[in-house]
Amino acid sequence: MSPIPAPSDQPVELRTEALEALLVEKGLVDPAVLDKFIKTYAEDVGPLNGAKVVAKAWTDPDYRARLLEDGTAAIAELGFKGPQGECIIVLENTPTLHHLVVCTLCSCYPWPVLGLPPSWYKDPAYRARAVREPRALLEEFGLALGPEVEIKVYDSSSEVRYMVLPERPAGTEGLSEEELVPLVTREAMTGVAKAKSPA
Amino acid sequence: MTLLPLDIDGPAAPPRTNGELVFAAPWESRAFGLAMALHDGGLFEWEDFRRQLIAAVARAEAAGGEFSYYRCWLEALQTLLDSSGVVDRASVDGRAAELACRPAGHDHRHDHDHPH
Repeated sequence: MSPIPAPSDQPVELRTEALEALLVEKGLVDPAVLDKFIKTYAEDVGPLNGAKVVAKAWTDPDYRARLLEDGTAAIAELGFKGPQGECIIVLENTPTLHHLVVCTLCSCYPWPVLGLPPSWYKDPAYRARAVREPRALLEEFGLALGPEVEIKVYDSSSEVRYMVLPERPAGTEGLSEEELVPLVTREAMTGVAKAKSPA
Repeated sequence: MTLLPLDIDGPAAPPRTNGELVFAAPWESRAFGLAMALHDGGLFEWEDFRRQLIAAVARAEAAGGEFSYYRCWLEALQTLLDSSGVVDRASVDGRAAELACRPAGHDHRHDHDHPH
């Protein structure tokens, strides 16, 4: 264990910049690679991947069919796969069927498409109540479903991860795939919300 | 480019909002990226960095005051690079002091997204 370092009186912004400059000069860091790491962790490994999958499924019927047939393969077509996304099953919501995803054992989560799980997903109360009283839980999330809508709860495991394909919102007929992406939230893809309506 | 499974809970877990990493200032993301790029380049084992990070978080919490996760992150990175002789603390402080003397308006890089 190293000794406790003496605190530096230089501002942290300047120390970071100085450290980067020194490492670049030594040829140990390439600023472009640095940028790529930041971007990947902050943006790409997030729900954006899943949102692209959903938007494509909404606009491309053939892709939608492939996605529901073999989620893993269809998601990999878009270049998304990772250490926790080996097998992903996509569940299609309809006006009379709503899916909710939970992991009762731990917090298994399809992170190549949805990024890192939100804190509520790991909450023991969420996990227990999703199974016991999903309708009441969804109401607390602000999603009141009518009695005609059946709710199915899917329990993720280390082998199988689930992702919800939400219904395409009304009034989005004229929108392109790119315009649909921002309407797809992490919540919609775990089934605790519907996709957003266009502003 | 190897992506690491970052801690989700515990002292080494970075700040997140709704599961996504959040950086409160540009330097935080640079410090984050530096550790990732150096690890990718084989300069250290991730577990060694993580151990330093947990120790830095513990020291900061013991010291009290406003807690900054990425201050601890930078501290951990500097400790690791200092002890392995890659970049010592004195040269970082020396360079930072030089940077502090730049004329106003030239105190940071211009390839980011805020106007001024």
